[in-house]
Amino acid sequence: MTVTDTARESVAASLEQDGVQSHLNPPPSYDLTDHPVPTGREEVWRFTPLKRLRGLLDGEPSAASLRWETELPGGVTLTEVTGDEAVGLGELGPNDRPSALAVAHAGGARLLDVPADLELDEPVVLHLHGESADDLVWGRLVVRIGAHARATVVINHTGSARYSAITTVLVGDGASVNVLTLQDWDDDAVHLGRDAIRVGRDASVRHTAISFGGDLVRLHANVEYAAPGGEAELLGLYFADEGQHLEHRLFADHNAPRTRSNVLYKGALQGEGAHTVWIGNVLIRKVAEGIETYEENRNLVLSDGCQADSVPNLEIETGEIEGAGHASATARFDDEQLFYLRSRGVSEKESRRLVVHGFFNDLIRKVGIPSIEERLLATVEAELAKNVLRDVDA
Amino acid sequence: MSELVIQDLQVSVDTEDGPKEILKGVTLTIKDGETHAIMGPNGSGKSTLAYSVAGHPKYTVTGGSVTLGGEDVLAMSVDERARAGLFLAMQYPVEVPGVSVANFLRTAKTAIDGEAPKLRTWVKDVNGVLGNLNLDPTFAQRSVNEGFSGGEKKRHEIAQLELLDPKVAILDETDSGLDIDALKIVSEGVNRFRAQEGKGVLLITHYTRILRYIQPDYVHVFVDGRVAEQGGPELADQLEAEGYDKYVKAAAARA
Ligand SMILES: Nc1ncnc2c1ncn2[C@@H]1O[C@H](COP(=O)(O)OP(=O)(O)OP(=O)(O)O)[C@@H](O)[C@H]1O
Ligand SMILES: [Mg+2]
Repeated sequence: MTVTDTARESVAASLEQDGVQSHLNPPPSYDLTDHPVPTGREEVWRFTPLKRLRGLLDGEPSAASLRWETELPGGVTLTEVTGDEAVGLGELGPNDRPSALAVAHAGGARLLDVPADLELDEPVVLHLHGESADDLVWGRLVVRIGAHARATVVINHTGSARYSAITTVLVGDGASVNVLTLQDWDDDAVHLGRDAIRVGRDASVRHTAISFGGDLVRLHANVEYAAPGGEAELLGLYFADEGQHLEHRLFADHNAPRTRSNVLYKGALQGEGAHTVWIGNVLIRKVAEGIETYEENRNLVLSDGCQADSVPNLEIETGEIEGAGHASATARFDDEQLFYLRSRGVSEKESRRLVVHGFFNDLIRKVGIPSIEERLLATVEAELAKNVLRDVDA
Repeated sequence: MSELVIQDLQVSVDTEDGPKEILKGVTLTIKDGETHAIMGPNGSGKSTLAYSVAGHPKYTVTGGSVTLGGEDVLAMSVDERARAGLFLAMQYPVEVPGVSVANFLRTAKTAIDGEAPKLRTWVKDVNGVLGNLNLDPTFAQRSVNEGFSGGEKKRHEIAQLELLDPKVAILDETDSGLDIDALKIVSEGVNRFRAQEGKGVLLITHYTRILRYIQPDYVHVFVDGRVAEQGGPELADQLEAEGYDKYVKAAAARA
C-alpha cells in the first residue's frame, strides 16, 4: 500500500487590499489579447497536454453546434440572445483563452431562464450531443435563476466534439439551485469548459461535475458572491481510464462576508496513462469576514501507470474567518480493507467492488438528483468491469 | 469434523532489514468443541499467529502446516479460508468507508453460504444479534467500523461471529478496551456461539477476567514466537499471580 499525501499550501497573507487577484485565476477580460496562446509552461497550463487539445487554442472560427435536446419544465425558457445582451445580463466574463475564444466565436449566447419564485420539482435537462471529434464547437450559455426560485439543471454531454464552452450561472437572492454537468463523451472528445457562478444574497448553489468520458476534459468551476450569506457546494466525481486526461480546476472567491464554500472532489484512475488533475483554489478577500471554507480531493489509484495530481491552495487576506481548511490524498487500494472483507469470505473481486463503491458513496449521495445517483452507481459498476474486476477470479 | 491443527508453524515478516522471524515453530491443536486461551507478553507473536492462520498477506509462512478438518488451510486464499469455516475477530478492526454494516453483513453471509440469505429471516436475525450485543438498530446503516468506539468495534466483530457462524473462531484480544458490562455482553455472544455442537475457539487475551466468563479447556503461554507452556484453566491464575517472567527468561536463555 502506498499513500501519498499532498497537502501543499501557499498562503499569501500580504496581498494588497484593492485589486487583489488570485495568481491562479486572473480577472476576466473580453479582450482576446489578454489571453495569449499558452506555451504549456504557465502555472495554469502546466498539467495539461496542449497537443491533445487538437488546435482548440488556435481559435479558428466555427459555426458548428452540438445537437441540443431539452427537457424544460413549465415556466422555464431557453432563448438565443446576442453577445451584448449576455454581457448586459451580468455574464461572468472569460478568464482564460478557451473561454475568451468561446465568447468570440459562439455567435451570441443561449439564455436559460428560471423566473423568480418558480419552484421546480422536475429537473431542467439539456442533452448536448456531438457528432464527431472533427467538429470544432464554441458554446456560450447563461443560466439565470430568479430570486427565491428552486431549480435543478442537468447538462449532459455525449458523443464527440472539440468543444469549448463558457457558462455563467447567476443565482438570484434566496434562490436554491443544483447544477450538474455530466461528461459522458466518447473516447476521442476534447472538452474545455468554464462554469462560473455568482451567488446571490442568502442563496445556495450546488455544482457537480461528473467526468467519465473524453480523451481530454478540462473544466473550471468558479464561484463568487454577489452579497453576504451565500453558500456554495462544489462537488465532483471522475473516473479516468487508460490514456484519459481529466482536469478539474476549482476557484472559490470569497468576496463577500459570511459566505460559505465547500468543495469535495473524488476520483478513481485505472489503466496506463490515466491522468487526473485537481486544482482547488480559495481566495478569502479582506472584506470576507466570517466566512467558512473547506476543500477536499481524494483519489483512488486502481492500477499501475496512472497519475493523480492534486493541489489545494488557499490565499487568505483576513484573519476574521470562521474556518478554512483543506485535505488532499491519493491512495491505492488499501490492503487492510481488502483483507478485512476477504477474511469474512467475500471474494477479492467483490471486496474491490465494495471498496470502490464505498469510496464514491458519500459523494454520490450528496448529488441530490435521484435519477443521476442511480446512473452514477451503474457507471461506477461499468468502469469497474473494465479493469478492477476483469483480471480477478470470482 | 472441524479440528484446527497447527504444526510447527514458522512465520516471518518483511522488514527494511530483510525478513524477520516471528513465529518459531508453533504447534497447537483445537479439537471440535474445545476452547483454548493463549496468553503472552506484548510482541510475542499472538496476533501474528492469528493473522497467519487467516492468511494476511503481510506474513510469510516459511515452514509448518495448518489444517482445518484435514484440509490444507495454507493452500487457500484469504476468503477461501473464511468460507472453509475460519473466523478471525481482529484486535484492530478495519474501517471501510462508505460500506454500510448492513450491506457488509449481507455480502459476507451470501459469500459464506454460497447463496443470499432469505430476506425476511435475515433482517430479523441481524436485528436480533445487534440487539443482543446492545448495538442500536441504526448501527446497521453506519459505515463499517468508521467512527465506532473501541467497544463498538469489538461488539461488531462478535455480531459477525454469530451471524457468519464459522467452525473455528480466533478472537484476538476481543476483551481489550471493554468496560465490565461490554465484556459480559461480548462473552455471552461468544458463549452462544460455543454452545453449539463442535465449535472451536482460540481466545487470545492478556487478562484472566474474560476467562471467568468464557471458561477455557486449555491455556497456552506464548513467548517469543512459541508455546512455552500449556495447562488447564489453573495456569491462567498462576500467570496472573506470577507474570511471564520465568518463561521470558527461559526463552532468553534459549536464544
Ligand atoms: N513489519 C514489521 N517489521 C518489524 N517487526 C514487525 C513487523 N510486524 C510485526 N513485527 C513484530 O512482530 C512481533 C509480534 O507482533 P504481534 O503483533 O504478533 O504481537 P502480539 O503478541 O500480538 O502483541 P500484543 O500483545 O501487543 O498485541 C512484534 O515484536 C512486532 O514488532
Ligand atoms: Mg496482538
